[in-house]
Amino acid sequence: MNSLTNLLGWVDARFPLTKLWKEHLSEYYAPKNFNFWYFFGSLALLVLVIQIVSGIFLTMNYKPDAAYAFYSVEYIMRDVDWGWLIRYVHSTGASMFFVVVYLHMFRGLMYGSYRKPRELIWIFGMFIYLALMAEAFMGYLLPWGQMSYWGAQVIVNLFSAVPFVGPDLSVWIRGDYVISDATLNRFFAFHVVAVPLVLLGLVVAHIIALHEVGSNNPDGVEIKKHKDPVTHIPLDGIPFHPYYTVKDIVGVVVFLMVFSAIVFFAPDLGGYFIEDNNFIPADPLKTPPHIAPVWYFTPFYAVLRAVPPMFGSQFPGVIAMGVAVMIIFFLPWLDRGPVKSIRYRGPIYKAALTLFVISFLGLGYLGMQPVTPLFTLLSQVFTTIYLAFFILMPWYTKIDKCKPEPERVTG
Amino acid sequence: MKKILFFVSLLASTMAFANTELQLDKAPVKLSDQASLQRGAKYFVNYCLSCHSAQAMRYNRLQDIGLTEQQIKDNLIFTGAKVGDTMTSSMSKKDAMVAFGAAPPDLSVISRSRGADYLYTYLRSFYRDDTRPTGWNNTVFDKVGMPHVLYELQGEQVLEVEKHGQHEVKKLVLAKPGKMSPAEFNGMVGDLVNYLAFMGEPMKATRMKLGVIVLLFLGGFFFVAYALKKEFWKDIH
Repeated sequence: MNSLTNLLGWVDARFPLTKLWKEHLSEYYAPKNFNFWYFFGSLALLVLVIQIVSGIFLTMNYKPDAAYAFYSVEYIMRDVDWGWLIRYVHSTGASMFFVVVYLHMFRGLMYGSYRKPRELIWIFGMFIYLALMAEAFMGYLLPWGQMSYWGAQVIVNLFSAVPFVGPDLSVWIRGDYVISDATLNRFFAFHVVAVPLVLLGLVVAHIIALHEVGSNNPDGVEIKKHKDPVTHIPLDGIPFHPYYTVKDIVGVVVFLMVFSAIVFFAPDLGGYFIEDNNFIPADPLKTPPHIAPVWYFTPFYAVLRAVPPMFGSQFPGVIAMGVAVMIIFFLPWLDRGPVKSIRYRGPIYKAALTLFVISFLGLGYLGMQPVTPLFTLLSQVFTTIYLAFFILMPWYTKIDKCKPEPERVTG
Repeated sequence: MKKILFFVSLLASTMAFANTELQLDKAPVKLSDQASLQRGAKYFVNYCLSCHSAQAMRYNRLQDIGLTEQQIKDNLIFTGAKVGDTMTSSMSKKDAMVAFGAAPPDLSVISRSRGADYLYTYLRSFYRDDTRPTGWNNTVFDKVGMPHVLYELQGEQVLEVEKHGQHEVKKLVLAKPGKMSPAEFNGMVGDLVNYLAFMGEPMKATRMKLGVIVLLFLGGFFFVAYALKKEFWKDIH
């Protein structure tokens, strides 16, 4: 034991090991009133690790070559020891990453976690979300099935709607005039090296920024306002370790039960996590009658289709889709409410958030369906509500009749 | 609220319309029935493998459905392939293009892209149509390039169209009986589709079995984790 302490002292003299442990775990004081919604941050980190580890093992047997890619995935499923498990863990992980991240973001919306002084945490988080979308989009091409191929074709073609440079831009992205072997290789490079590096850096920044200002909580009040006069520890704060580490283990176990239920009993989840048509090898000559992106992109796909082409160009739709994503970045400056948490907000914000959630889910559903006049109309209605939630926010949050915030956190 | 309800009802009604597609018959898939899977494998190598391939499927994987390597070699390999090889068709892609106008799709994962019910209905829905180059058409896959390979067994069906006022009812009628009775033929196609379902994901039985163990472990671990949390949090008020 003494020699271990000596070793730790030796390391600490050269690297801030104990300091890091204290700052980020044993003496990082988190509010004691975290509820269900606060599991999803640590769960997102867990899924990131799952994806990296399962991804490394997939890379050992996957062939990023248009001639071999599709059957190399089946080879992994059949001939590689535990290959089917690794592959299903990775494909389920992709979807579950978005489930967890969407719930994590919704938590931020409910409790005002993006408000001052946490604007940068939100910005870093949004960049993580963008990187995650790029990662998922490029990863989806790799199995080289029909949906991989045509999904990528549709999305890359969006860039060709950009005025003047569009066609050249899309050729530059693909490295060819259609999605091809060249595209597959570069998407592979981005998916396994470039984007994960960016993602990891952003996650570190997200956590450093969080630990600098401290966590928000369901009451939306600052625990640092009331500190113990002697120890300077927030009165409503408890050390992250061991309290939240043991609590998060419970969350992890429950999450893994859901995760395993999908991996072992319904890995394609009725076509939502792995689309049926992706079991047909990519065929550049055969366009599937109905191309739908995977579920986590469908809200934005529905926004894209809701905007009619103008002057023979799809560009307005592309702009609308871009705006629908980018506008989330500005949340910290759009919200002018006197309180942070939904618990003390007035009826207007509660109604607005409810409508927003309905629109987001509605758009998600519509993005999977074939186009019909009614569905287009509905998409337009939901898109309008979605954008109005953000654009009108400075006004409706200001006039909302909020309740007074408590001084200290409640229950 | 009324508006929301209105939209929900609109959504519901359009979803109901979307379901008026072709009705598929339920395939009798039972992956635990090894006798059925073995019969299906026999039909597959005899009837399908002459034109289609299953390039992800190795012959020796058939040990999973209770066959020995020797049995596989003696009864199921006709192409001179080794037992560790994948199931490739004896017909070249080029010949197939000439014969059918399109290369027959690989069948390794056909049960996953099309679904067992589709395959079960499709294989039983060929009918005589002299306007087609092969002489056959299919109610599930209109103008299909594939001829009715199993017609000797099923016999010949014809399409009868009954008019009930505005709408038509299309019905397949057996005009010339084959070697099998309709019940026998349904059973045979059922075995074949069962095999195709197995081949689409040979590890399915393993994953379900392992899944039960994993969930039981996690279920047990939940109580340990929860008790630990309770113990630590006793002093937090």
